[in-house]
Amino acid sequence: MEHAAFISLSVLTLACALGVVLSKNAVNGAMCLLLCLAGIAGLFVQLHAYLLAFLLVLVYAGAVVALFLFIVMLLDMQGGQPWRFRRLQSLAGFVAAALLITGLNLIAERGRLGDGAPVGHEVGSSLKLYAYQLFTTYLLPVQVMGFLLLISMLGVIVLSRRAAEGEPSK
Amino acid sequence: MTPTLDAYVILSSALFAIGFFGVLVRRNTLVVFMCLELMLVAATLALVAFSRFNGTEDGDIFVFFILTVAAAEVAVGLAIIVALFRTRQTVQVDQLDSLKH
Repeated sequence: MEHAAFISLSVLTLACALGVVLSKNAVNGAMCLLLCLAGIAGLFVQLHAYLLAFLLVLVYAGAVVALFLFIVMLLDMQGGQPWRFRRLQSLAGFVAAALLITGLNLIAERGRLGDGAPVGHEVGSSLKLYAYQLFTTYLLPVQVMGFLLLISMLGVIVLSRRAAEGEPSK
Repeated sequence: MTPTLDAYVILSSALFAIGFFGVLVRRNTLVVFMCLELMLVAATLALVAFSRFNGTEDGDIFVFFILTVAAAEVAVGLAIIVALFRTRQTVQVDQLDSLKH
């Protein structure tokens, strides 16, 4: 049962990832990305990471994909721009991706990952554990992340203001 | 029968490779950006699988930070793309070749 769910979720995820890469229209790509993220959230649920599945749907599917769709609509790239298949570049991309996947799988096989059973931790205590770790062991990274978010917010404001001021001076 | 760690690692490396392929092949900057997000998500899947199979929380907590960085990256990257579109009127990678000549 669990295996069937894993197979169907991974097929959904891989098919939607291919849809992101191969779709002609950027809006279709964003929709495929949304479905792919939903499949990954399902896989997170199978791995008993419920909080992360929730956060993934909230942050990625809620905020990031919506932002992508806004920008696609803002730049008005619907239609037009057909997917041009350049033989040399796509061949090089395919070879690079194939090399990458074989290399990663060789590393995975060398390490003999397969024979461990999943170790369970209780769901209820999980949230408490996250909070405890975030505020003790990982306190410095949390603060650095706060600064990163602040700086990126300032950067976005500066970038959009400069673009707005640049236009009348032209 | 539960899926093994191998299955998760193979799935996440396949996702990563698909995203990488998209970054190399696509011409539209926005789609390239979406493929970058795909690669990040593939890495988070591997982290969650490893931390589940090893019984530690560290991978799960690292995914928090990856989510934060991805959100910041998307905000800045899309602002750059919009600024680029305002000045150059295109977001196709092969037309953005000012540094080439």
